[in-house]
Amino acid sequence: MSTTTQVKPEAVTLTNDEILRYSRHLIMPEVGMEGQQKLKAARVLCIGAGGLGSPLALYLAAAGVGTLGIVDFDVVDYTNLQRQIIHTTADVGRKKLDSAAEKLKAINPFLNLRTFETRLSSDNALDLFRAFDIIADGTDNFPTRYLVNDACVLTGKPNVYGSIFRFEGQASVFATEQGPCYRCLYPEPPPPGLVPSCAEGGVLGILPGLVGVIQATEVIKLILGKGEPLIGRLLLIDALGMKFRELKLRKNPDCPACGKHPTVTKLIDYNEFCGIRGEEKPVETKLPEMQVEELKRRLDAGDDLFVLDVREPHEYQICNLNGYLIPLGDLPKRVHELDSGREIVAHCRSGVRSGKAVDFLRQAGFKKVHNLAGGILAWADKIDPKMPKY
Amino acid sequence: MKILIPTPLRQYSDKQPAVEVKAATVGEALSGLVMRHPDLRRHLYTEEGKLRAFVNVYLNDEDVRYLQKEATQVRDSDTISIVPSIAGGR
Ligand SMILES: [Zn+2]
Repeated sequence: MSTTTQVKPEAVTLTNDEILRYSRHLIMPEVGMEGQQKLKAARVLCIGAGGLGSPLALYLAAAGVGTLGIVDFDVVDYTNLQRQIIHTTADVGRKKLDSAAEKLKAINPFLNLRTFETRLSSDNALDLFRAFDIIADGTDNFPTRYLVNDACVLTGKPNVYGSIFRFEGQASVFATEQGPCYRCLYPEPPPPGLVPSCAEGGVLGILPGLVGVIQATEVIKLILGKGEPLIGRLLLIDALGMKFRELKLRKNPDCPACGKHPTVTKLIDYNEFCGIRGEEKPVETKLPEMQVEELKRRLDAGDDLFVLDVREPHEYQICNLNGYLIPLGDLPKRVHELDSGREIVAHCRSGVRSGKAVDFLRQAGFKKVHNLAGGILAWADKIDPKMPKY
Repeated sequence: MKILIPTPLRQYSDKQPAVEVKAATVGEALSGLVMRHPDLRRHLYTEEGKLRAFVNVYLNDEDVRYLQKEATQVRDSDTISIVPSIAGGR
């Protein structure tokens, strides 16, 4: 990776075009020529070009960060556009890396952009991180959060952290020499299924903007060596209440990653660590499934089928199959509303929640219960193209 | 005293963002909370009745793990925050 070797800020020069471009920085004593040279010499790696990655990359590129790396393997889809502002409608179907690269180079042609079309893994993280100075974590799942943290601790790179859920966010700077790491805060991940992802729980479109810009701010402060970084502090952002709170974080001497006697001395299998077997498989494929075509055929034939919808009421308003609504979380206390003698087909949006519902009902003694494979999305794809997808 | 409920757990607290309880310690405050909202119990405690490791409890801005944990004394003017891990970012 010859284009990402370390350069001393003093050795960096700015052209006249760059001086004009960064003039509002150069006239500030907190940045000045020295700071702008540091920015140009800096190498920042963004994990993900999605919600958090969009504002992060856009602002870092605009600010004059010299080398920006982006790791992503995803393709732009319509549901991204509500918040991933680096991508446009015309980019749907393109690789996020290609779409992002075009915008970033348009904003700042002086940028040395390095794109890595790969899923960050225990096999590639250390080599990738070594070629950068700061890592900005914009991923969306627990295994990658722990992977990024451990790789940052092992390579000695600060982890500028942000995460979001619905209208709440968290931000901090982890894994600096003196400061705590992500594992000091959360030694263990939650069991799978207990914390919903953005795809399941939703996210307010502006929130990644708010949190991603906080991450970008922290990256720039670390590069400049100015201000008070979010080291040892967890910033909690509540967009609905528009409240920012701050909690104290301490470096845990017993931390398995950064403590006095670390047990994490190399990268591990993070899916296993987070209790996830295989990759994002809709849970328990052994469950009795029904395909949408069969459901349609049997409903048309007038079979006695009870369609159970385990989504939330606001999802039911978007589209439904005329099913009986009991949100998954309410199922245990409302199970008496169901007749175990009837044949039940449970569905949700994609089949994951209804899989859990079927599992629960079978344990509760229901014998004739099926999971609708692919959920209402499959119904929209294969049976009713007029049905909206979300 | 006030206990702040984070968004992911509000579905188990009748959508309440905050709950007022009377308590002398952090442990009493949390048991008062799960008494009133029993659905919260399995999200906060293990089957053996221990606080789950991925649930962080703060008294004002301090992690109770660095105070006296659940035995930490509380006053009426204090606020307890439950801070679960969230991972979203896409
Ligand atoms: Zn640590």
